[in-house]
This record gives sequence, C-alpha cells and structure tokens, in this order.
Amino acid sequence: MTALIRLVFALGVTEFRIALRNRWVTITVALMALFALVLSAAGSAPTGDVGVDALSVTVVSLTSLGVYLVPLMALLMSFDAVAGEVERGTLSLTLTYPVSRSGILLGKFAAHLAVLITAVGVGYGLAAIAALATDPEAVAGLPALLRLFWSSILLGAVFLALGYALSAIARRPGAAAGLAIGVWLALVVLYDLGLLAAVVADGGGVFTTKALPWFLLANPADAFRLYNLAASEATAAASGLGGAAQTIPAAHALISVLLWPIAAFGLAVAALRRVTP
Amino acid sequence: MTSLTLSQVTKCYDGVTALDAVGFTVAPGERVALLGHNGAGKSTLMKIILGLIPATSGQVEVLGAAPGSQSARTGTAYLPENVAFHPALTGLEQIRLYLRLRGYEPALAMNLLERVGLGDAARRRIGTYSKGMRQRVGLAQALIGQPRLLILDEPTSGLDPVSRRDFYAILDGLASEGAAILLSSHALTEVEARTDRIVILSQGRLMANDTLAALRRRAALPIRLQVSARPGSADQVAAQLSGGRRNGVMVDLTCAHDEKLTRLGHIAALQGLIEDVEIIPPSLEDIYSHFSRRDDQ
Repeated sequence: MTALIRLVFALGVTEFRIALRNRWVTITVALMALFALVLSAAGSAPTGDVGVDALSVTVVSLTSLGVYLVPLMALLMSFDAVAGEVERGTLSLTLTYPVSRSGILLGKFAAHLAVLITAVGVGYGLAAIAALATDPEAVAGLPALLRLFWSSILLGAVFLALGYALSAIARRPGAAAGLAIGVWLALVVLYDLGLLAAVVADGGGVFTTKALPWFLLANPADAFRLYNLAASEATAAASGLGGAAQTIPAAHALISVLLWPIAAFGLAVAALRRVTP
Repeated sequence: MTSLTLSQVTKCYDGVTALDAVGFTVAPGERVALLGHNGAGKSTLMKIILGLIPATSGQVEVLGAAPGSQSARTGTAYLPENVAFHPALTGLEQIRLYLRLRGYEPALAMNLLERVGLGDAARRRIGTYSKGMRQRVGLAQALIGQPRLLILDEPTSGLDPVSRRDFYAILDGLASEGAAILLSSHALTEVEARTDRIVILSQGRLMANDTLAALRRRAALPIRLQVSARPGSADQVAAQLSGGRRNGVMVDLTCAHDEKLTRLGHIAALQGLIEDVEIIPPSLEDIYSHFSRRDDQ
C-alpha cells in the first residue's frame, strides 16, 4: 500500500510539473476566473425579480458554464496521457518498472485532478467574493456553491478518466484528441439536443414520462446539472427550470454523479491493460 | 545459474512468425550482442524477455523468475529504442522520478547523470537535448539500483564514437560487477567487438550464437592480400601471382585462412617487383552478412 502511495505521489508530482510547464494550470485557472467573473457581473441583474440571493443566481449560471467547460478542460488535459507516452516510448519503459498500470493512471489522475481543483476553486471562489460584495444575503447561496464545487470536480474526474480511456484506445495523440472532442460534443452538446428532439417528437408520451429521466441520469453531464439545480429550492427557483428537475429526485442524480467517476476510471484502467507497448 | 534463459521461444502475429524457436542463455557478467536487420525479431524478443508481450510458445526465465513478474522487473533494467522523455522535464527531474519508481532516494539522480556525462545539462529541459543526450538519460535510468540484467535496445544508435566508447566503458564496469547484459544492434561494427558473445537473428531465426573469434573461424571467409607493385611491374606481378590487377600498381589476391603464409611466401619471393603488401582480414560487416544472409543464398 505504501509503495502504491509513493508511486502515485511520485508520478503525480511529475505530471503536475508538466501541467505547470505546459501552461495548463495557467490556462484553466485564467479561463475559470474569467468566466466566473463575467457570469457574476451578468447574473446580478435579475436578483430582485425572483427573490433569491445573488450567489444562488450565480450558482445557476456557473452550473450551465461548468457543464461545458469542466469536461472540456478535463479532456484537453487527459487525451495525451497514454497516447503521448506510447509515442515517446516511455510507456513501455515505465511498464518494465515494478509498478502497476492502475498505479500509473492514478498518478496522472491525482495531478490532473489537482489542476482542476485549483482552476474550479479559483473560479468559484471569485464568484463567491463578487456575490458577497454586492449582496449580504448571498451567504445563503454558499452551500449550493460548495455543492457545485465538489460535483464539478467529480464531473471533471469522469471526463479525465474518459480521456485516459480514449487515449489508451487511440494510441496516437492526434487520434486521441479527435476522439476527445467527439466525446465532448456527443455527451455535452448533442446528447441533450437528441433528447430534446425525442421529447418534441414524442409529444408528452411514454418516452417523456418514463424513459427521459433515465436517459438524463445516464449522462454524467446531465446528472451533474440536474443534481445542482434540484438539490436546493433556491437554485431550482432561480433556474426557473423546475420541470425536468422535479420528476427526478436529487438523490438519484447524486448517485449518478458519484458512480460515474468510478465507472469511468474502471474503463480507463481496462483500456490501459489492453495496450501492448 | 544463468541470468537469462530462453528456449524454443516462438512468437506469431496473425499468422506471421516473428520468432521461430529461439534459444540462448546469458550468464552473470556476460555481455551478449543481439544482431539482426530491421524486423529480424530483436525488439520482439526483448519485449518478451521484459514481459511486455507474451511468447506464443517456449520458455523464458529471467533471474530465475517468469518474465514480467515482480522479482524479474525489480532486477531488470531496460533501455528502449529511440526513447524520448517528456520535453518539459529536466534530465534531473526525469531521473528523480525513475529513482522514486524503483524505491530509491531521488538524491542519487545527480550522481547517475554525472556517470553518463550529463552532469552539466542535468538542470536543462530534455526538449533542448540532442539525440545522444536523450540516449544518455535512458542509460542513466537503466543504471538505477545495480540491475542484475540489462536489456538495451540499440543503445549506441545516435551516439558519436567518443560517447559510444564511454558507453561501453560503463557496460564493462557493470559486467565486472556481475550484471548480465543483452544489447541489440543493426551491425557488428556497432558493437565494436566489445561484447563476449554474438547472437545473430534473421527473420526470427537464430543464425549464430558464438564468440566473435569462433564466428570468424566458422565463416572461413577469404582473406584479401593487397600487393602494391613497383611502377611498370604490375602486370608481371599479377601474372606470377595469378591475381587480378586493379589499377596501375595494385594487385588483389584472395586466399583462405590456412593458405595465408604460403601466399605471403610467394609474394616475398617477388621482392624486387613489389613495394608493399597489405593483409585485409574479413571485416565485421562481412562476417555479419555471412551469417545473417545465409538463408537467402
């Protein structure tokens, strides 16, 4: 066990250093900070109308932002993880060391997760400061922001792990990058459009009432959004989108949010095991 | 007790036989060169020894254990062909990581880099290194923790002659401490005859497994004698020695190893007509070609 911790720590420190030098840390932190501040500024307008605090409004905006941005940042950091090492020839070398394949992935995972935590923490933290500065009532929104924070990290973890799996399947960095963008488009953008089209075609039939909630829970991005919008009344009210959220209990969405990172990491380990260097 | 034992190792990929019943051993302290063309099966054989890919059939024993097992991996060091480390890391950081992965103190990194002549460049990013310097980083990681078996895939490619000599000096040191070394190469000249035994693979089959001296004897390739005649007497010399005239002054002769002294006697008898004589033994390339191409002929 201590050997595994030592291995994960050693690889994690190295990967974090690479992320720093490749400017990933700077880029992700700057991106999150910029978007969080813009949303805080834009979101302060409708506060009076819906009767909720400024931070709860910001949390709703951040949820919509996070669902796109966090998976994208995670995939951009992870797509090269295995394919890049295959290309440089270092994967076969590392595999001749007395270390396990899952240990190698855990080390990279720890480092990339640390980058995400930094970026998301800075972004959401700035949003909280901005809201508290303009509205003393904003303290009421802090639990929702905290929930958004850790669920964003879990969402990021899912897409980091999916990125490793794609990287291991593709074997080449270029192909892995293409697959990563494809998965992002499919899960984050096209999936919802597809469901929307199905709901419209169904016209309130069996699909909309029975199947739709399960389809939403099956997608980590949708589960993340549902969980954050349904978990508190304030955010649900601020989002004005009670409909879909109310038919699915927050607990179900939470289970999906918690299970996805584990399943995705399992998939990544299985994909790496199949790589013959 | 051998460090590495291979017997009847066969590897097939989708109907193609990459290795065909290959067997040899490497003893502690022995330096063995694995020679062959591209695609002869050298890298495949090394990956089987390292446990990265399984053999289709046959037995492999690495330091008394199965290839890829924890104890085999702990005692074995590997230098992959054309390894390129992450360009954003410095040589020092890279070696510190590899030390940690083997459970050694990262503080030993500078010492290892100095041993391979990278002390001055240790704090520079690997992205700025030349190919030879990257190869030295690879060698430095292979030296971690006194490995008992070293598997080196084309370790001298990309090294200049001085670096190559330094490299063999390091190998000599490791071998004298009891490490078994298997290194691969394209050509016999690359290994500079600084190995104890030569194993030649061709199209997945073992063509030779012997010392260089024994290979030389077995190949029994002709020796070339190059006679330079005095001006104007080249034709006469060629006729008397029944050799071929190459240009105005040179006469080329070939003879088998055991005829050498007799032939030299004939040449010495023509003292007044000749200026010099050069004895050219079969080159390393000739011997290698003899064994690696025996099939095609």
